[in-house]
Amino acid sequence: MSEAAVHGDGHGHDDHDHPAFLAHHFDDPEQQYDSGKLGMWLFLVTEILFFSGMFCAYALYRSIHPEVWTFASQFLNSTLGAINTGVLLFSSLTMAWGVRCAQLRQRTGLVVSLAATLGCASIFLGVKAIEYTHKWELGLLPAGTYESQFLPAAAHHGISQWLYVLSAIPAACVLGFGIWYAMTIAKGEKENSEVAGPLLVTALCYFAGVGLGLFLESGEAHGEDHGPGTHSEEHIDGHEHPGNVHEGEEGDPGHKDAHEGGGEEHSMLPGEAKVVFVSAETDGMKPLPKPGAATDKEIDQSGGAGLFFSIYYCMTGVHAVHILAGMGVLTWLLVRATRDHFNEQYFGPVDYVGLYWHIVDLIWIYLFPLLYLIK
Amino acid sequence: MSEIADLSALPQEEREARENFLFNTKGFLSWALTLDHKRIGLMYLVGVMSAFFIAGMLALLIRLELMTPTNTYLSNAQYNQVFTLHGAIMVFLFIIPSVPAALGNFLVPVMLGAKDVAFPRLNLSSFYLWVSGAVFFLAAMLYTGLDTGWTFYTPYSTTTQGPVVAATMGVFILGFSSIFTGLNFIVTINTMRPPGMEWFKMPLFLWATYATSIIQVLATPVLGITVLLLAAERILHIGIFDPAYNGDPVTYQHFFWFYSHPAVYIMILPGMGIISELMSVHSHKSIFGYRFVAYSSVAIALFGFLVWGHHMFTSGMANVTTIIFSALTFTVSIPSAIKVFNWLATMYKGTVQLNTPMCYALNFIFLFTIGGLTGLWLGALSTDRPLHDTYFVVAHFHYVMVGGTLVGFLGGVFHWWPKMTGKMFSETWGKISCLLVFLGFNLTFLPQFVLGSRGMPRRYAQYVAEFQELHQMSSYGAFLLGFGLFVALGVFIHSLMAGKKAPPNPWGGATLEWQCTSPPPYYNFLEPPTVNDPYNYKPLAYRDGDRGWEYVHPEAPEVPQSEPEPAQS
Ligand code: HEM
Ligand SMILES: [Cu+2]
Repeated sequence: MSEAAVHGDGHGHDDHDHPAFLAHHFDDPEQQYDSGKLGMWLFLVTEILFFSGMFCAYALYRSIHPEVWTFASQFLNSTLGAINTGVLLFSSLTMAWGVRCAQLRQRTGLVVSLAATLGCASIFLGVKAIEYTHKWELGLLPAGTYESQFLPAAAHHGISQWLYVLSAIPAACVLGFGIWYAMTIAKGEKENSEVAGPLLVTALCYFAGVGLGLFLESGEAHGEDHGPGTHSEEHIDGHEHPGNVHEGEEGDPGHKDAHEGGGEEHSMLPGEAKVVFVSAETDGMKPLPKPGAATDKEIDQSGGAGLFFSIYYCMTGVHAVHILAGMGVLTWLLVRATRDHFNEQYFGPVDYVGLYWHIVDLIWIYLFPLLYLIK
Repeated sequence: MSEIADLSALPQEEREARENFLFNTKGFLSWALTLDHKRIGLMYLVGVMSAFFIAGMLALLIRLELMTPTNTYLSNAQYNQVFTLHGAIMVFLFIIPSVPAALGNFLVPVMLGAKDVAFPRLNLSSFYLWVSGAVFFLAAMLYTGLDTGWTFYTPYSTTTQGPVVAATMGVFILGFSSIFTGLNFIVTINTMRPPGMEWFKMPLFLWATYATSIIQVLATPVLGITVLLLAAERILHIGIFDPAYNGDPVTYQHFFWFYSHPAVYIMILPGMGIISELMSVHSHKSIFGYRFVAYSSVAIALFGFLVWGHHMFTSGMANVTTIIFSALTFTVSIPSAIKVFNWLATMYKGTVQLNTPMCYALNFIFLFTIGGLTGLWLGALSTDRPLHDTYFVVAHFHYVMVGGTLVGFLGGVFHWWPKMTGKMFSETWGKISCLLVFLGFNLTFLPQFVLGSRGMPRRYAQYVAEFQELHQMSSYGAFLLGFGLFVALGVFIHSLMAGKKAPPNPWGGATLEWQCTSPPPYYNFLEPPTVNDPYNYKPLAYRDGDRGWEYVHPEAPEVPQSEPEPAQS
């Protein structure tokens, strides 16, 4: 039987048609493609389950502390969230288009759509950087480091220091890719310049996202929305009270006075504190907490509000890591696309990355309403 | 790798020697960077055995300490660290990858008549993920101070000084290693079965591996996010699990056991797959109730997701919840029992040969049954109350994990050793090792059932003096068990150095791996082999020690005369 198994001329599969892209252990391109696709779907299942832990935590804690969600979610800027949703949806379109181009062996189309997808991802991250740094500046941090919003936090003027830190890497990328692009142009290396160009654009897109975010975030500070910018300025104007949140009301007489003064006409409302710190025009639009429920201030000071941001950072942070990973594989595809690796027979990698990209978008489609919209 | 050298001119012996996967290429890198699933499997084998050795030494240290009721060698704090590392290394570095990653990697493609797993590079990367996870654990060990128990329960894990973050990152990485292995096997089994091998013509080891892989893919990501959140809890204080920041420790337990109960089936199912093969091959009789055995693997995998709450009966869940979890726990024992009955029925009227692997398989059945049955005591609410967190639980899970998985793993290694290395081993000493393991194991853990039901809690370095006798029995048993395992190791090493050359089919198996040479050539099969019923032993006949079992072709000139075909029923 060993003879039976090892029989033959010793050439094995070299005899029949075995194109270069077909791995040695597969019989035909179809088997290879199906395997890859199944593998990718299974991987996506693990991704969903990975996020499901956080969705569970969200559901659990939201149902236990609904008032925290009502209070804390108003600090998220839904305009920026909506823009990012649009950007990601558009990137899904360009990705799907890229898959089609790969299947039809349209090399240029593929390169362009991959570049567009990368650019969108980059804009998304730029906007996200603005959102994050803005919140860090205001002390809207996970439970352990959350700073009370009823204290005179450092006024948020213009650009956060953190933004410079975060932007260092994209800035370095702009520089590096710019030089590389110039060199490829100078040397006339077409293939390389087709990689360097899109990467340069991608890095620049980050700054487009940052610009967009800055513009919208600053517009908000003039009272168009109830974003955090508003309230911190009000803090400075209205209540000059030093003190530490952890000392509570007794240890913080200035704080108390300020509320008594400001809360005259609202003193019966459990949610009096929000009058102080949320801009006036949105006050009426926010659903009032149930009578007997904790006041915003209590929610804020008990540290409970930090829980919302814990979950917010975990979910969006892990999602952002997935975007970054996606950008990595998209770049790899871009390189291969310029080398003309894909054709009607072999477009699996583009297809699989496409699936991955769609799932990352899909997760955002859930995150956006759950975190930003539902109050 | 891509082209096969033309060796057809050489004599067969020579050709086999040159083509076998152990020696077809040489040098450190040819192993370190190999994509050959067989080499990766062997590297895993060495890796998990080393992890087992380290954790086993820690176990002996624990038992040494427990010889006396007071602290003799270890302080309380050191004792905590030792049992934590013992448990964590055993679970995450040894048991979970043991059968699937080591034996599974070697066997799955060969049993399918395929050249490799679907994603060879992913396979190699999962090995290196395992290695890097192991490094994190070693770091935690050298740093000393991981003292949370392998379960990392909050709030202790968020307050202790130990290297919890390093250890959880190790777990996170190991989780991905496990996921990639499982994913690879699911795809391989789905898309690379040879023509003619329908689902119900697959060897049962593949069914078990498939079911295991499903659990790996569906449960492990939850562990990943759990340990990630735990690390975030420690670093950022996110207040999800840590009561100091309004978090909820019971939520942590739910998250953790949602993975870790299914994980116990990651540990046992592949072992069960091995036993299904061993029972049938060494009884020379078709497996009894093939479909039941196959379906019960899948049933265990699915039911296993519904019972995690039985680890938390005393953690303060609602009463209704505990009742539901208890009831579901009982359902999971049904498919396990189905397997045991089918194995027993397979031996009935078979030609049972007590080869070393078979001895281990019988050992498995005996020990696993005790382990499974004591699980029912723990699954029943009224009895779990007093038994929870006592030595009874310790004995229960050691009966299933050591008596089950480890013994099954050893049986599997003995069974496929000739295939993997091309060498036979000493049957006598193999059987002696099995006997020593059996005696040592029972001496170690039977007293622990008694200890537990008398109220000895787990995870303590000290105990009241009246427990000393039982504890000493247990410790002597542990040393005997350790000795037995060293004998087994000695058998393997002796076989490597002086073993007789193994025939392609030393046991008379009918699955595909026995159709290629021992060890297999690096390409496994030139062409997909013909697929037979994996449990039809009729056409096989025993020749002699050098040739082993061979297929009797009707047209073959030498029809067996001296050696009669073993009786078939
Ligand atoms: C056959 C059906 C089984 C049942 C009904 C069962 C039931 C249980 C129950 C109820 C507990 C919790 C006891 C307590 O903490 O109070 C438990 C613990 C445990 N079981 Fe099982 N079990 C079964 C099989 C297995 C298998 C196959 C394995 C592993 C291969 C296993 C490994 C464990 C482990 C590791 C623990 C303890 C975890 C810890 O607290 O550290 N069990 N089992
Ligand atoms: Cu369990």
